Amino acid sequence: MALLEVSNLSIAVAAGGKLLPVVQGISFQVEAGKTLGIVGESGCGKSLTSLAIMGLLEGSQVRIIGGTIHFNGQNMLTLSDKKRREIMGAEMAMIFQEPMTSLNPVYRVGDQIIEAIRQHKKQTKQQARARAIELLTLVRIPDAEKRIESYPHQLSGGMRQRVMIAMALACDPKLLIADEPTTALDVTVQARILELLKELQQQTGMAIVLISHDLGVIAETCDSVAVMYRGKFVEVAPSAELFSTVAHPYTSGLLSSIPVSDHEIDRLDAIPGRVPMLGEDVIGCAFHPRCNLAQECCSLKDPEEVSLTQTHFTRCHFPIGSNL
Amino acid sequence: MNFISTIQNVFRGRTLATIGMIWLCVILVAALAAPIFAPFDPLDIDPIGRLQEPSWAHFFGTDHFGRDTFSRSIYGARMTVVIGLGSVVFALIIGGLIGMLSAYFTRLGHVLMRIVDVLMAFPALLLALVLMTLLERSVTNTIIVIGIVYATTTARILFGMTLKLKGEVFVDAAKCSGAGHSSILFRHILPNLISPLLVQASFIFAFAQLQAAALDFLGLGLPPEIPSWGNMLSEERIYVTRAPWLLLFPGILIIISVFSINLVGDAMRDSIDPRFKDDIAGV
Repeated sequence: MALLEVSNLSIAVAAGGKLLPVVQGISFQVEAGKTLGIVGESGCGKSLTSLAIMGLLEGSQVRIIGGTIHFNGQNMLTLSDKKRREIMGAEMAMIFQEPMTSLNPVYRVGDQIIEAIRQHKKQTKQQARARAIELLTLVRIPDAEKRIESYPHQLSGGMRQRVMIAMALACDPKLLIADEPTTALDVTVQARILELLKELQQQTGMAIVLISHDLGVIAETCDSVAVMYRGKFVEVAPSAELFSTVAHPYTSGLLSSIPVSDHEIDRLDAIPGRVPMLGEDVIGCAFHPRCNLAQECCSLKDPEEVSLTQTHFTRCHFPIGSNL
Repeated sequence: MNFISTIQNVFRGRTLATIGMIWLCVILVAALAAPIFAPFDPLDIDPIGRLQEPSWAHFFGTDHFGRDTFSRSIYGARMTVVIGLGSVVFALIIGGLIGMLSAYFTRLGHVLMRIVDVLMAFPALLLALVLMTLLERSVTNTIIVIGIVYATTTARILFGMTLKLKGEVFVDAAKCSGAGHSSILFRHILPNLISPLLVQASFIFAFAQLQAAALDFLGLGLPPEIPSWGNMLSEERIYVTRAPWLLLFPGILIIISVFSINLVGDAMRDSIDPRFKDDIAGV
C-alpha cells in the first residue's frame, strides 16, 4: 500500500444553500520517497486538495462530499480529532504559500520550532532547542544559533520559508505537503528552496506532494505529475514522460505558454478563454470551449480516463499523438 | 530575558512614561501604606475646623465635616487601585474569554455575542446603574458592575481580532503541527492580542475611575464611609464656590493617574509587541 492514497476525493463549496463542486473525484497515490506534483491554474482545486489531506477544511464553507484519504493505511476522514492531531506534524507536515504570514509574528522563530517539536516529543526545552538549531542548520540558515532568537519580521521571505521547512521537518514527517512553497519568492531563492527540498528528501526518504502552477518547478523536482483542470486530473504521468509526450491539449497549452529565454518572442502563447466560473455548467469536456482541437463530441460527452501507457493517463477524447 | 531588563526595555528613552510609572508607584505605595503616610485619621471629624484652606497642618485643607482632605486622598488611593485593578482583571478575563471563544467556536459565538450586543445597547452608565440597584453598595459589587460594563467592549474588540487571527496562515500551520484548540487559542492567538489587551486595560482602568466616581455621585457606588476620590468629589461638589480646593485636589489626582496609566500602557505595548520594534536584522 502506498503511503498516501487518495481515491475519488470530491470537495464542494457551500454557497447560497447549494453545493458547488470544486474537486470532482480525483485519485492518486504517493509512495515513500517519491514526489508528486500537482499543477493547474488558480481556482482549479489544487490547494483545496492539500487542505483536505491535512484536515484543514473543517469549519469552513468547504466540505468533502465523497471519497477517501488513506495515510499509512489509516482513513484520515474518519479518524478522531485526537488521533489526527497525533499524526499531523509528526508524520505529515505542510508548508504554505505565504512565508510572510505562516509564522506567528509574536514568537521568536526558535520558540515556534521548539513548540512544534514539543507538541509531539517529550523533550526538555534544552533538547528541543538543540534540535531546533540543528534543523535551522539543516535548512542552511547561517548563524543558526543567533537566528533562533529572531522574530519573523526580522527575516527575509526566503529565510522564513526555510524556517517553515525546518518547522515542518521538526518531527521527521513521512509526508510533506508543499502548497506553492516558492510562489511568493523570487526566482533565485525559488531554485535554492527547491534544491533544498530535494536534498532533504534524499536524506530523510519522505514523500512530497508539491503543488504549483509553475510547470518549470514541477519538471525540476517531481517524479510524477498530475495536471488538474476544473477539479479533475486531466493528465497524470511520470514527469519525463509528460514533458516528452504530451497528451492533453491543456497540458500542451500550459507548456507552450512558458516563456523561453533563449530566443526573442513577441507574444507568449496563451490558452484562449478563461476558466469557467464556479457553479457554471459546462456540458461535455470542461476544457472544450478553450481547446483548439475540440470536435463535436467534446461538447456532448465528458471524456473518460484513458491510459496511453501503464503510467500515463489522460481525460481527452482526442489525445495528442495517439490514434484513439 | 529577566524581569529587570524587561522593565528597562519598556522605559528606556521614554521619559514621560517613566514619570507616569513613578506616579503610579507613588499611588501604589500610598495605597499600601496609607496609615503610615496619612497625618490624620480620614474619618476623624472636626466640626469647628471645617472647610479650612490648605495650610501646613492640612496640606489639602479640610472638608465640610472638618476631615483632613490630604489623609482622605491618601486613603482614596486605595480605592483607586482596588477598583481600577479589579475592574481591569474582571473585564479582561470575562470579556476576553467571551470574545475569543465566540470568534473561535462560531456556534457558541452566535449565542454569546448576541448577549453582549444586548448589554451594549444600554449606555454604560445606565447599565451600571441598573445592575447597581439590583445589588447592594459594596466594593466588590462596584468592581463587578464596572467589570461587566467594560467586559462587553473588550469582548467586541477581541471577537473581531480573534476572527481575523483565526484565518491567518500561522494558525493553519499550528493546526498542521498537531496543536489542539486550547493550544491554538492560548498559545498562538492570545500572544497576538497582548497589545490590544494592554491598550484596553489602560482604557478600562481610566474609565473605571470615572465610572466609579459617577456611581458615587449618584449614591450607588462605594459606601459613603469609604474615602475615595470619586466620593470626595461628589460629597464636596456643593462647596465648589466656597472651598474649590476640595474638588481641585481629588480632581487633579484622578487626571494625573489616568494620564499616567495611559502613558505606561502605550509604552508597554510599544515594547512588548515585537512588530513595533525597528531593529531589522542585517540592516
